[in-house]
Amino acid sequence: MSKEDLEKRTVYSPEGEPIEIDPLNDYFLDLRPESYAPRNGVIEQFANWARAESLWVLGFGTGCGAIEMRPLMTPRFDAYRFGIQWRPTPRQSSVFVISGYLSVKTLKRVIRSYEQMQNPKFVVALGSCTINGGMYWDSYNTINRLDHYLPVDVYITGCMPRPEALLAGFEELKKRIKAGKGDGANKYADNFDWYKANQKKIIKDWDMPDYNW
Amino acid sequence: MENIWIKIGYALLTIFIVLNYGLLLQGLFRKIGARVGRRHGIRIWQPWVDIIKNYTFRSRIYHGVMYYLGPVFRLTGGIGLLLFLPVIYGSEMFSNFSFTGDLMLVLYFQFFGVLGMALGAGESGHPYSAIGVSRGLSQVTAFELPLTLGVLAIGLQYHTLNINEIVAAQQGSILNWTFFTNPFAAAAMLLSFLGAMGRSPFDVVLAPQEIPIGPPTEFNSSLLGVLQLNRAIFPVAKLILFMNLLFGGATNWGELIIKTFFIYFWSVFVGIAFPRFRVDQSVRWFLSIPLILGVIAIILIKF
Repeated sequence: MSKEDLEKRTVYSPEGEPIEIDPLNDYFLDLRPESYAPRNGVIEQFANWARAESLWVLGFGTGCGAIEMRPLMTPRFDAYRFGIQWRPTPRQSSVFVISGYLSVKTLKRVIRSYEQMQNPKFVVALGSCTINGGMYWDSYNTINRLDHYLPVDVYITGCMPRPEALLAGFEELKKRIKAGKGDGANKYADNFDWYKANQKKIIKDWDMPDYNW
Repeated sequence: MENIWIKIGYALLTIFIVLNYGLLLQGLFRKIGARVGRRHGIRIWQPWVDIIKNYTFRSRIYHGVMYYLGPVFRLTGGIGLLLFLPVIYGSEMFSNFSFTGDLMLVLYFQFFGVLGMALGAGESGHPYSAIGVSRGLSQVTAFELPLTLGVLAIGLQYHTLNINEIVAAQQGSILNWTFFTNPFAAAAMLLSFLGAMGRSPFDVVLAPQEIPIGPPTEFNSSLLGVLQLNRAIFPVAKLILFMNLLFGGATNWGELIIKTFFIYFWSVFVGIAFPRFRVDQSVRWFLSIPLILGVIAIILIKF
């Protein structure tokens, strides 16, 4: 959808009747995200076990690190053995791998995709670029600290981390989820204003709803 | 078996067994596919965990009533198909709700879920859903032709539309199976079966890496869970239908599992060997060889 498509406009029906269209209000449901309390005791533990053993990764490579995700599907590393599978749509994924540096343009798409994922959702940040900007830290067009914009569950250091490091990172993520610490989605909902302010500070042409389902 | 409650109990038991068998087949065949690619692939119990995970999502998105009903219709199509089939031949318990003339109803139920899903996916408003639905409906329409011709040939051959009687006529020897007594109808049906299973080369509907992932693109959490349940039940129901029509049915669960495994394996075998067709190629293919075989089957039976 281009920027012009989002502007308010008037269209005419075949009978010549004018219809006002305001895409930002008509096409999107911009309710604020909610924070959901975990269920009780054993049920939540069982749910966390299932979430940890079935990690569906959103197939979205944001930076150069995406090249390190591909070998995980090949016979040599074969992440499917560990319950890690790739999903083409954010609606069905539960893990977002931010693979390397994030340009401001990509950050917009990342935020949109992240917000379309369902609670609980987990973010794995790959490479030193997501921690402090790495070799791009004084670039005019990339962000430096990812956790100012999205809640991060696991960082995997390196430039670039090898696929083995990614597998180790996923194992770390599983441990966190099983321990009930994978609460990024609730954290995002609770500190929504802070995250939004940070995002808007860096994205100058904000042409999307504040929260896009 | 007059008491309706006992019947319902056995129907639920059938669904339970078939669901778990379907999930096992899913895991097994994904593992076989991975082995062909020299990987180890998913753990065999992964399909169960995936379903549980999808039901434990805390939030879900709705796009309207039809969107909600789409997966429900889809599951109804799968369960309906299963419950109107005589699953185990000669068993009063597992014949469920099959009746005289059930073959026609069963053919209809194959299409029911697809249409329901088309409405549901339409309301989600995602462009890939619309593309997936149009692809799906054109392909289903194409492979229904040879399938229906094959089924009609079998109906003409045995002078009945009752699946139970068709199975009964095939008892006694392997050579009594429709597969051997009416090879043209069997060939037409087994070729259209490839399309019905939706595996490569006929996976134009879901087509991952192309239109991610077709109709269910917008379906999330428990709605996706319902679709996954159907993806376990529906293929097994279709396998049982083909087993009953072509391979002499099954008199116990062991026989059913062996026969359905190999029928499923036929589609997996083809799927692993051949890459995906485009939609036009797929439709044209169904309207060529399988359709001709179906017409030959009808002509041979009639004259």
